[in-house]
This record gives sequence, C-alpha cells and structure tokens, in this order.
Amino acid sequence: MSIFLTENSKVIVQGITGSEGRKHTQRMLASGTAVVGGVNPSKAGQTVDFDGTSVPVFGSVAEAMKETGADVTVVFVPPKFAKGAVTEAIDAGIGLCVVITEGIPVKDSTEFWAYAQGKSTRIIGPNCPGLISPGRSNAGIIPADITQAGKIGLVSKSGTLTYQMMYELRDIGFSTAIGIGGDPVIGTTHIDALQAFQDDPETEAIVMIGEIGGDAEERAAEFIKAHVTKPVVGYVAGFTAPEGKTMGHAGAIVSGSAGTAQAKQEALEAAGVKVGKTPSEAARLMRELLGA
Amino acid sequence: MPVALRSLFVDLFEYQARDMFAAHGVPVLPGGVAETPEQAEAIARDIAGQVVVKAQVKVGGRGKAGGVKLADNPEEAKARATDILGLDIKGHVTRKVMVAQASDIAEEYYFSYLLDRSNRTFLAMASVEGGMEIEEIAVTKPEALARIPVDATVGVDRAKAEEIVDAAAFPAEVRDQVIEIAIKLWDVFSKEDATLVEVNPLAKAPDGTVLALDGKVTLDENAAFRQPGHDALEDAAAADPLEAAAKEKGLNYVKLEGEVGIIGNGAGLVMSTLDVVAYAGEEFGGVRPANFLDIGGGASAQVMADGLGIILGDAAVKSVFVNVFGGITSCDAVANGIVSALEILGDEATKPLVVRLDGNNVEEGRRILAEAAHPLVTVVDTMDGAARRAAELAAA
Repeated sequence: MSIFLTENSKVIVQGITGSEGRKHTQRMLASGTAVVGGVNPSKAGQTVDFDGTSVPVFGSVAEAMKETGADVTVVFVPPKFAKGAVTEAIDAGIGLCVVITEGIPVKDSTEFWAYAQGKSTRIIGPNCPGLISPGRSNAGIIPADITQAGKIGLVSKSGTLTYQMMYELRDIGFSTAIGIGGDPVIGTTHIDALQAFQDDPETEAIVMIGEIGGDAEERAAEFIKAHVTKPVVGYVAGFTAPEGKTMGHAGAIVSGSAGTAQAKQEALEAAGVKVGKTPSEAARLMRELLGA
Repeated sequence: MPVALRSLFVDLFEYQARDMFAAHGVPVLPGGVAETPEQAEAIARDIAGQVVVKAQVKVGGRGKAGGVKLADNPEEAKARATDILGLDIKGHVTRKVMVAQASDIAEEYYFSYLLDRSNRTFLAMASVEGGMEIEEIAVTKPEALARIPVDATVGVDRAKAEEIVDAAAFPAEVRDQVIEIAIKLWDVFSKEDATLVEVNPLAKAPDGTVLALDGKVTLDENAAFRQPGHDALEDAAAADPLEAAAKEKGLNYVKLEGEVGIIGNGAGLVMSTLDVVAYAGEEFGGVRPANFLDIGGGASAQVMADGLGIILGDAAVKSVFVNVFGGITSCDAVANGIVSALEILGDEATKPLVVRLDGNNVEEGRRILAEAAHPLVTVVDTMDGAARRAAELAAA
C-alpha cells in the first residue's frame, strides 16, 4: 500500500503543453506513472508525444476524466491561471489535485481551499514537489530515481529536504513521500499525511520535516500524541533564521505559536517524536528506530 | 516571530497605508509625507492648525522612541521634522515623516482583516477597546475582541460587516459609519491582495466622525502580476545593496550577519544549511552563515555564477559553502555549473569554496570537480562535514 497515490492511479496533467508540464510529464512517464492525458482548452484533440508515448490533450478536466478514468491531476499552469485550473478540477470531482505551481497569490489559494470544502477533491500544495509512491506512481516533480519502495512514510514542507531524506534512507525505502509545500495556505497538511500513514499497513515509521513559520508542526505534534502509534522522527529547519519584525498586532494575537524552530522542536519532542539536529542525524535516528 | 525566508509579504509604511485607505474611500485625516523639514513645513501650512509629525518606520513603539510629536504651526512642524528625520528607532532609521492634521479623540476602536493561516481562512477582528493595548486585551479580556472568520469565497458584504460590527458591540451612534468602513477596508484587503489590513486606532472624533488614524497594510508579492501599482510601494532606500542586486537577478537572497556565504537549492535545504553551518561554527569562535541564497531547482551555470557573484561581493564573507542536492538537475550538471561559474567570475572569485554534492549522478559530479581541480574548491562528501570545513576556513 501507499497513501493517496497507488499503481492504479491514472494521472492527467493540467498545463501539459507548457515547458514545465511537458518536462515533468516526460519524467513521470519515465518512472512508470500512468499519465493518461493532459488538459489545455485551446489544444483539445491534439496529442503530445513523449519518446513514443502519445498523450491525448482534452479540453477540460471533466472530459479527460470521462474519457480516461483519470483520478489524479497535476497542475503546472502559471500562477495567474492556477485558481481557475484548481477550481475546474474540484468541479469535475477528481479525487486528488496536486498543485505544483509556485507563486500563487495567497488569496487565490485561500479561495480554492475554501471552495474545496465539502467536495470530493483532496488538494496537495500549492508550491510543492508533489508526491511519489516509489515503484508505483509519481505525481509531480520529485526525482523518481533517488529511492525505492519501502516502509517509511515521509511528509515535508520542503522539496529538496524531501529529496535529501529520501536519499539518506534510500536503502530502506519509502511507501510514499509527500511534499505538502511551504506556502502559508496549503491543502493537505502534516496532520492529514500523518493520519494516512498511521492507517497504511505498509508504512512502519514516519519522517516529518517542518520549517519555521506558522503552527502546523505544533498542531501535528498534538495530533501525534493523540493518534499516531507508529514511530515518528522529525526534523525542523530554520533555527538560525533571523528574527523578523511583526507588523501590527493582529498577527501576534492570532498566531498560537512563536513559529520558531525551537518551539516546533520542543512541541514535537513533548509528543515523543525524536528530532534530529541535522537531516543526517534525523536519518540516523530513523535507522536506529528501525534497527536497520 | 522569525522571518519566514520563503514568504513574500511586503509591509507598507503608514503613509502608504493611509493613501491606500483614502483611495478606497476609508475616511482618513488630511496629511502628506515629507523627506525634509521644509516639506513638512509646507504640508503643515496647507493643513493649517495643529498637526502631528510621525516617523515612518516599519516597527512598533515609535511613540515611546520620540518619533511622534505635535506641532502647533508650520515652523514647529519643521522643527519637529528636523528632530525626527534621521532618528534611529529600534535599528530603523527614519527617512520620512508623515504630517497629518491633529485630531482630538473621543474614543479609540480597533479593526483588522488578516490571513489566518492556521485556519486557512480570512479573519476579521474588531474591538471597541482600541489603542496600544489591544494585544493585552486579546489575552486578558478576550470577549472584548470579536473574531469573525470571513469565508474566502464570499468576502465581506453588508450582512457580514453588520455581523462583525455587532459582534464587537460598536455603539449605536457609530454603527452605520463603522459598517461602511468595514466594507471599504475589505475592498482594501481584497482588491489590493493584502494579507493584513489593520486600523489602530479607528477613532471617533469629538464631533462623532469615525476615522482611520493609523493603519498597517501587508501586501502579497505573489500577486504582483495583477497589482501593477505595488512596485512603486517598495522601500528601495532601505534595501540592502546586495539584496537589491540579487533581486535584479531574480535570486532569493537575504543578507545575514556572518562569515560563511551560503548557496543551495530549495528554501528548506538552504535553511537547513544555515543551521548546520551555525552549529559547526560554534567550534570555530562562533562563525555564522553570511546569507540565505536559494538558487532554486535548476542550478544552471549562469544562476550559479550570479549567486556566487553576489556572495563574493559581500566583504564579510570569508568562505563559501555550496550545498546542492542533485534532483531534477543532476550533480554532473551542477558541477559543470560551478566550474563554468568560476570561469565566468575569473579573478573576482577570491574566497575558498566548499562544495557538497549529493543525489543523482553524484560520482560524475565529484569527478568533474576533481578534474577541474580549481585551487579555491574543496569537495566534501557530507553536508555536516562540508559545513564544518567551511566554518573552519572562515575562521582561519
């Protein structure tokens, strides 16, 4: 098993004809992902060729789903059009929408997240590398060849730290690795991924990578304490980030946490999570836990 | 509150917030911004009567620091502006003052809209107990601060504005005015792509008029593509010259106080690199990272050269740590980028570089660097080891 993405996932790409969409569709196909179509309203009916694989382009997400049975979409469209693309995917009722696009105004992300509430689409991202269930499927831009299938689940705000950790523990391997994105408003959270890994019989241990800002890690710590029985190793980046200023009073009133790496580490440790001081130390802690 | 190295939110000066309020029909007092005492005097003359001269700094506590003064006439306004211009307020040098009509205040209220990232929604907060102590009130008398979530897909219409204003129990004689202001402030928040709009105080003058006396606005830089006017609001004078140069080149660079220049790919990995260097530096007399620089996933030769150029332009830098994980761009391409970057820089490259490569095709990447055998470059296999070497070189 794996979470959110399996060997049966049928993936479409919104923005398949753009340079990023094309480049990463190629990589997804190369790693064995079933990319069954693309979406671009102005190029419907055409096909895009990738080393002998011909991928049909549809006019809408709904049409692509009807024709191909797609249940996952990966969004590469530019920030200006991202809200429209995600809204379309939600309206079409697709199960999983992975938003890779970087630089989406937070107003748009907040709006499409609010719009998705009570509907059937899980959003991952935006500004994220996507997710990979090694050997099964790869939806996004995570390099497929740095690790193998295995028993660790990984959830991270950061893309390259995800890759680093996958690489450090590549001999043990991963059930699924998810980059949830570092934007202020994201769809799938640490908590959502922790819950899914807890429920996944194939995942034996979990690595959680966080970074400064917000209180997602603190809330994840509370969740771990109450609901996660599998061992969790943590890493938090940003201990030496400079002290910033707080404008006005509103932020200080609303934020439930100082948002510092220190506060996050303490919260995680209080929940029984072993926290590494560096990515390598976190990897070592995971090895010790698994006796590997 | 740590600065989020990823976040692209831009804080405005009070006078910019005031102008933005005025443009959206929020009532404010007459006033203007001055960079010289003479300009302040001229504005005071136009306003006539008593004025208040306020330091324009993006930090709280300016009143206590002597940055807010009353003046009874234009000559006094000039004198007060002379006092305040150049004043250092918590490390922020005052370069501008706002001169505004002075107002007697009968009552002070509080009103804000903001992004509530924990709940992934927008939030309105309002209180009839405004003024400096609002944070304290939020803790000691939470019932005095109304907090009303705003559905992002609906926004603030009249019904929502009434809900907010009534939840905060604004007095009947100002209710209609505050509802109007709440709707207009939502226009500011929504149409300007703000993540914070705060009015404190929202003041009732003795004649019963409600006005925004001081305001704070934070804008979302990601929305720049649809906010062409926002470019002009940037505070070019305050920007660090290296940060400004990096921005020109499209690099995500933040200047820090330290000796080890840092280049990496991906915000999280670079943050982590800063930490690892700081830990390693503890052994070498407290050597610290000199900057944050994320060159992104691509790491092409030109981007690497641009990044190295910025870092080597920092006189405080004694050594450079290039920390790249080869994912989408494999390590051989990154190694070639480093070699070409050093060729492009030529004699400008004068400081030792410690390079750590990991990930795809790492052997080939290390081979390329070994073959180039650049005298400034040391390759270290692990991130922790490389950080230690870079710190050691910086301390030497």
